Amino acid sequence: MTPIAHSPHAHAPISISKVMTTVMLALTPATLLGFWLYGWPAINLWVICILAAILGEAFVLRLQQRAIKPALMDGSGILTAWLLALSLPPFSPWWIAVLGSLFAVIIGKQVFGGLGQNVFNPAMAARVMLLISFPLEMTTWVAPALHPGFVESLHLTFGSQSLDGMASASLLGHAKTEFTRGIGLDQSLTGYYAPLDMLWGSRAGSAGETAALLLLAGGVFLIWRRIITWHIPVAMLLGVALPALLFSLIDPNHYAGPLVHLLSGGVILGAFFIATDPVTSPNTALGQFIFGLGCGLLTWIIRTWGGYPEGVAFAVLLMNTATPLIDQYIKPRIYGRDRRGAALPAKKGV
Amino acid sequence: MLGLKLFKLRGGVHPEGRKQLAAEHGIRSLPLPAELFIPLQQHIGAPATPVVKVGERVLKGQLLAAAQGAVSAPVHAPTSGTITALGDHVAPHPSGLPVPTITLTSDGAEQWLEAAGCATPLELAAEEIAAQVAAAGIVGLGGATFPAALKLNLSRNSGVQTLILNGGECEPYLTCDDRIMRERAPQIVEGIQLIARAVAADEVLVGIEDNKPQAIAAMQAAAQGSSVQVVVMPSMYPMGSEKQIIQVLTGKEIPAGGRPADIGVLVHNVATAYAVQQAIRYGRPLISRIVTVSGGAIKTACNVEALVGTPVQALIDFADGYAQPTARLVLGGPMMGQQFTHTGVPVVKGTSGVLALTASEIGQAEPSPCIRCTTCVRACPVGLLPLEMAAHIRASDLTGAVALGLKDCIACGSCSYVCPAHIPLVHYFNYAKGDLAAQERAKLKLEATKKLAEDRTARIARIERERAEAAARRKAAREAKERAAKAAAESEGAA
Repeated sequence: MTPIAHSPHAHAPISISKVMTTVMLALTPATLLGFWLYGWPAINLWVICILAAILGEAFVLRLQQRAIKPALMDGSGILTAWLLALSLPPFSPWWIAVLGSLFAVIIGKQVFGGLGQNVFNPAMAARVMLLISFPLEMTTWVAPALHPGFVESLHLTFGSQSLDGMASASLLGHAKTEFTRGIGLDQSLTGYYAPLDMLWGSRAGSAGETAALLLLAGGVFLIWRRIITWHIPVAMLLGVALPALLFSLIDPNHYAGPLVHLLSGGVILGAFFIATDPVTSPNTALGQFIFGLGCGLLTWIIRTWGGYPEGVAFAVLLMNTATPLIDQYIKPRIYGRDRRGAALPAKKGV
Repeated sequence: MLGLKLFKLRGGVHPEGRKQLAAEHGIRSLPLPAELFIPLQQHIGAPATPVVKVGERVLKGQLLAAAQGAVSAPVHAPTSGTITALGDHVAPHPSGLPVPTITLTSDGAEQWLEAAGCATPLELAAEEIAAQVAAAGIVGLGGATFPAALKLNLSRNSGVQTLILNGGECEPYLTCDDRIMRERAPQIVEGIQLIARAVAADEVLVGIEDNKPQAIAAMQAAAQGSSVQVVVMPSMYPMGSEKQIIQVLTGKEIPAGGRPADIGVLVHNVATAYAVQQAIRYGRPLISRIVTVSGGAIKTACNVEALVGTPVQALIDFADGYAQPTARLVLGGPMMGQQFTHTGVPVVKGTSGVLALTASEIGQAEPSPCIRCTTCVRACPVGLLPLEMAAHIRASDLTGAVALGLKDCIACGSCSYVCPAHIPLVHYFNYAKGDLAAQERAKLKLEATKKLAEDRTARIARIERERAEAAARRKAAREAKERAAKAAAESEGAA
């Protein structure tokens, strides 16, 4: 006989793996566009990232003598690897993908106790680790539509074929480099910046930053499916756009406008898919809004005044550390109590 | 009538209603069972005390057990027959433990006890209405089973601005309130007027969810020309919860730890109003109720008027038994009802539904780790953080859980229902509330023991002191005597 079950004796048709699958579904169009733009190397990278995450997670689960199948089947490790793959330069060598994926699932997640226990977004922790450790490989971008063949792609991914002659800078990197040479945005962005191209993804960057429009569509899909709420994405976009607008009005030659910021780098991917990671974000609507605003603002600050051209990963990690603090101070008001938690006064009539 | 402004319910969920299974089946009476098992406690409070003996013949409606203490309700004979046992019978509770029960073997005559009744009930005094409600053993039929008369008396003393009749019936599957409103609306409205008179209410609202259009129409027709207002509410769980229906209809909130009376509100279920009308107009105590028999595993879902004490098996048989393998049997609705395993359990005053659910309806799965998705936070109608409370309880930090509002939890099950990780959140909370109650009892016991021990030490010290004082007095007296004797002897010697 089965043990006595507690109410409720009904359940919404939802599960962790369904949540993860829906997010993957939302990522699929942008990922396919990335594959189409960058060809086989991007596909290789994606496959290696996911395989490394699965094997790495299985290995540490075994070390911990925990059940492997349920933890792998929830899909969280695959999603982490997928997000990491989208944030890497598409022509990165295989070992970047393997190192990143293993770091994400093992150091980023499992050492904290597995799913739901980690403090930092695993994909972003891995990306930052790679960026700091391998700055050359992590900043070697290529323009899309090179379309190397499958065999050539294997040379690129696994061999040591040099990317010389193919490499080009991402928009933000280009602007930053030119700026240090004393060239203002009015000149450096000419020919580099075409908003329409950015929407469709035909420019240098990672698979996850080129397809802004498809990522936006995926994000809206997630809001519609109630996997995420609007608070973090909208706040993060505002956090980037508002200071960009303000400063570009003050000095347009020095500060890039909001559209450049929103459509470049990982802002769209970050706002809808990275910062919204439930594990590492606050648990109330207001808390999530503040968190998103912080992610956006920090991204803009790092891009504008920091040493790195891109700041989404750092911004998200920094705000991850603020999540417990936000949750400590921002709590919903409980029925029958005031904001401080004291019982409402008994009053008749009125 | 529809102009009343509604206030927003916070959170809430939309479970699949499945009310269509039973909604179109009119109320039918169950065939008279051969044996009825009437538990002495079918209400919140002290169990009733039997006033009949084994072998005694009783009439339908005769008092079987009297109320005991301030919070209690009497129990009456559901039919005429002979008392065959005063013993234990399996309880309508997940434990399935035996509880004190009166067994009544029916004689099939259905012979009523002579009842007075009242042809002009709306002229009765408020105290008289409450007294008759108490004597009829009426308890809250929405499921809480709090003695109704007690609520009337408490509210009359504190004053009622708004009387709310709960016709929400937000639990999936259940249609017993829907059917009683469709079929017995005039009686319900008279019952509402009696309750309103008993508490001198200024405003009377009947809240019905918009998924019951026929019940709304019937109640509006019956309420025509009276002060009773029918208000249509959106269908959402847990709209029918006392705190939530008050919030939606009046915009007021019951202060934490308080009662509706604190804000001048009284809430009764529509079926309770019907029971009040039957008790006062016809002098009939509460001996039967409408029960929905439903669920995917039941062959012919239905609504039956069942006598209190009828074994649940009789209801399942009446619904033509099972059509599919039953994964779980539930008393009440699926959101807050309780599982039971023994179909010999009796229908009691609080039994609103008997459900036989299939595995796919339950949708049970192994719990996985919490991903902090906060779906539970958005679903909670009280504004709690279920995920945080569960984390504290898992770490045995009850104080932390209480600080997060554990005691404000209404156990509606919305959080568990939506949790993608299938974590049994409400189970955690009820476990913690039980543990908390046990701790508080233990603390009281400890304090009582400590006080007894201190009293004893003080008593012993006092006795010793008194003894020492008495000894000192005796010694002093003896010495004085000796001195006197000595002095006398000396003076004698001198003489």
